[in-house]
Amino acid sequence: MKESSILQINHLKKSYEDGLAVLKDVSFSMEKGEVVVIVGPSGCGKSTFLRCLNLLESVDSGEILLNGKDILKDRKEAYAVRQKIGMVFQSYELFPHMTILENVVLAPCLVQKREKAQAVLEAEKLLERVGLLEKRDAYPRQLSGGQKQRAAIVRSLIMHPELLLLDEITAALDPEMVREVLQVVLELARDGMTMLIVTHEMEFARAVADRVIFMDGGCIVEENAPEEFFQYPKSERAKQFLNTFHYEALEI
Amino acid sequence: MQSLGMQVLFQGTNFLRLLQGLWVSLKIAVISMALSILLGIFLGIIMNSKKKWVKALCRIYLEIVRIMPQLVLLFLVYFGASKHLGMNLSGELSAVIVFTFWGTAEMGDLVRSALISIPKHQYESGYALGMTERQVFLRIIIPQTIRRLIPSIMNLLTRMIKTTSLVVLIGVVEVVKVGKQIIDASRFTTPSAAFWVYGMIFFLYFAVCFPFSKAAAILERKLRD
Repeated sequence: MKESSILQINHLKKSYEDGLAVLKDVSFSMEKGEVVVIVGPSGCGKSTFLRCLNLLESVDSGEILLNGKDILKDRKEAYAVRQKIGMVFQSYELFPHMTILENVVLAPCLVQKREKAQAVLEAEKLLERVGLLEKRDAYPRQLSGGQKQRAAIVRSLIMHPELLLLDEITAALDPEMVREVLQVVLELARDGMTMLIVTHEMEFARAVADRVIFMDGGCIVEENAPEEFFQYPKSERAKQFLNTFHYEALEI
Repeated sequence: MQSLGMQVLFQGTNFLRLLQGLWVSLKIAVISMALSILLGIFLGIIMNSKKKWVKALCRIYLEIVRIMPQLVLLFLVYFGASKHLGMNLSGELSAVIVFTFWGTAEMGDLVRSALISIPKHQYESGYALGMTERQVFLRIIIPQTIRRLIPSIMNLLTRMIKTTSLVVLIGVVEVVKVGKQIIDASRFTTPSAAFWVYGMIFFLYFAVCFPFSKAAAILERKLRD
């Protein structure tokens, strides 16, 4: 384990109540400022893995070290831990009864007890950055999917997380809106945000990742640099998986 | 003017008395409803408990309210309390107790299902921001639940206003009873009084209930997300 690891996971295991194993001994680590993309077929446990990191799921055994401290040890610390680990979901989940600005400033004021005026100022700055400043007083239902997802990213960012988890954030979007969201993520990566990303957008994965992890059947099957992984995957299963993204005209 | 019975409505203080009767009905309904909303929110939260015996207890309560006609409940509380518990409850208080008992059950069931209908992810995105369970509940879940419930609350309120007509039978003088008194008093002078008095009562109920159902419809349209 290197000194600078922001996140270190040792032998993480989880199974559902019916005994079905979702995560079978997952170990891996991340450096500060690194962007790691997890790809893999549906049901391979990649989303569950992210949810475990944010303590939304319980685990059977293993360690999750955030800055060297095991976050699984003390469940009472969960609230403090989640402030350091931001998470954005597939279905955006903005709070429908609040305006965009209220959505963004709720947690800083309530959880971090920051001053409202200061939080609003920062929220406006962040909203401007993702091109949503003019929507500050709109309600989530008045926004497009892409706009909602950008607002959800801002809602996480304002908490100044040390690590951002993105769980298939474009999976529910219409194709023409995927780009505007991924553009924001690319900019964050450029600014040095530490991110762990689950996605099905292979082009995007290739562009944003420092490292790609391929998961299948609850295990990490392959870990590789993006160019290597997409061009010359080492494992047979990764090859098969990547092939499913290629289409060739059927010969008749 | 003998043929027109309408003037009976405006003889002496008749009209004022009708309004006072209406006020009694409205008072019982609104107080009961306010209590029902408060208690019903608690009940709804409790009903989602995972404990089996809590669920069973709530179930029994709900079934009792469903099976028993409100009139039987009124008799039970009004006469039962004085005969068996030695408590002399006023008719109005008994009515409020019964209507709250009924309303809490209905509200509880509504709150329970509204709480279930809030997607799990709403809780999770609150937690993911570092909020505690309490904060998530008070700031995210409850406000959304109440919004969803507004139409049903209005509906229950109008049903309660209408059902207050039963309280005549435990001696509360509300609008229907006042009407009856007016009709009886003018039986010989104005035989057609019944038509006018009950007609007026019809409009009074309408005037009270209509704004509530209208408001419910508007809110329902506005809060759809």
